[in-house]
Amino acid sequence: MSRVVITGMGIYSCIGKNLQEVLHSLQNGLSGISIDPAREEMGFRSKLAGLVEEPDLKAVLNRKQRNTLSEEAKYAVVATEEALKTAGLDLSYFEKNEVGIIYGNDSSAKAVIEAVDTIRAKKDTTLVGSGSIFQSMNSTVTMNLATIYKLRGINYTVSAACASGSHAIGMGYQLIKAGMQDMIIVGGAQEVNPLAFGSFDGLGVFSSREENPKASCRPFDRDRDGLVASGGAATLIIESYESATARGAVILAELVGYGFSSNGEHISNPNVEGQVRSIRMALKGAGLGPEEIDYVNAHATSTPVGDRFEGMALQEVFGSKTPISSTKSMTGHECWMAGASEIVYCLLMMQNDFIAPNINFENPDEVSSELNIIAHSKKAELRNVVSNSFGFGGTNSTLIIKKV
Amino acid sequence: MTKETVIDRINSFLVEEFEVDESVIVPNASLKDTLELDSLDYVDLVVVIENNFGFKVTGEDFKAVTTYQDFYDLIFDKVSAE
Repeated sequence: MSRVVITGMGIYSCIGKNLQEVLHSLQNGLSGISIDPAREEMGFRSKLAGLVEEPDLKAVLNRKQRNTLSEEAKYAVVATEEALKTAGLDLSYFEKNEVGIIYGNDSSAKAVIEAVDTIRAKKDTTLVGSGSIFQSMNSTVTMNLATIYKLRGINYTVSAACASGSHAIGMGYQLIKAGMQDMIIVGGAQEVNPLAFGSFDGLGVFSSREENPKASCRPFDRDRDGLVASGGAATLIIESYESATARGAVILAELVGYGFSSNGEHISNPNVEGQVRSIRMALKGAGLGPEEIDYVNAHATSTPVGDRFEGMALQEVFGSKTPISSTKSMTGHECWMAGASEIVYCLLMMQNDFIAPNINFENPDEVSSELNIIAHSKKAELRNVVSNSFGFGGTNSTLIIKKV
Repeated sequence: MTKETVIDRINSFLVEEFEVDESVIVPNASLKDTLELDSLDYVDLVVVIENNFGFKVTGEDFKAVTTYQDFYDLIFDKVSAE
């Protein structure tokens, strides 16, 4: 079995458009949440969102390459460019070596809706243009990036709701560990536009604390009232230890554990037992006891029920001493991207010896009072870090990274 | 609409949408080679023509088009017939 290491990372999110900006936000507890006028116009119950600018890729890609990119695939290009740079990789490496891609994504609503609008208005399918189909499929990120970077290894998308990005990393980890691939580009992407979130908003699970957007997302806090949708993309370069050392790459961390489970119950309600199984499976695979974990990056999205159930699961596995925070307090819920972006956030914390705060944690409830929630940025040496991601349908994923 | 107006409009959207350098647009040059057209690009040509002139050209129409001059003639004939 090969050891799997992380040698590159890139991020494009509402708390920063690159690693440097994101590190600054994480260290200083800066929120990326604001009011979206487009959501207001469309009659959303909650106008809160973690918005990101659509990047201009003219300098990076030609017309044909840009023509097939969905919104989230554009974010993925920016994150991947940064990841390749940190990993010291370029196209010439992919020409000589079989490198794969596995990305988490579970919608491309804007592209689908705009195509249908055109067909309905013009009564002609040709007039949607040639790029539409490649923007509309859930695999829009992997199909575009695989052709842009001329990748010749594994190539698919993982759709697993809000655990998509985490499972994508987990699947890449398994393939490299088993010796089937030497290097894989992994990550997660999430569109931010209102078309993607209307039906989610309709469930009434988004925060309505619009008077102070930066205080709206408050995981584990007694007065939390819902999540805030956001997006962007995060990319990691993972490879076998042998591959990394052979090319003299800088190892950012080792990926040592991947756990998963399905609750087998309700489509939207979480369950403690399923989450506990996922976390324990990751710990077992990593050969670590819960007492050896220095920090847990919680899935906690700021919903009353979700945070309570995860709090109970964390209490059951880790007790009350292990430091925990939810970076979603600053980023909002990056959904399909979250499992990947939160590994980037954990790597930045590990590299810079701190725990990013769970901002807006002012008053605990009966569950979070039994946990060690880190409300303010704290200096800490992080050797082993757990990251949780849970999604609709009861899909759970847990990743563990280790300082090398 | 005069033929000059049609040509100006075509050249303008080719530069804008297809990002072709204006200097390569000469009447006898090959449309396919200079724009590096593949099967997907012909779909996008149909879309820009519809957006700019309000009618749809077909794959059959493109069979007679090799040069820019052929392309201008095709569009001008259709504009005149409208």
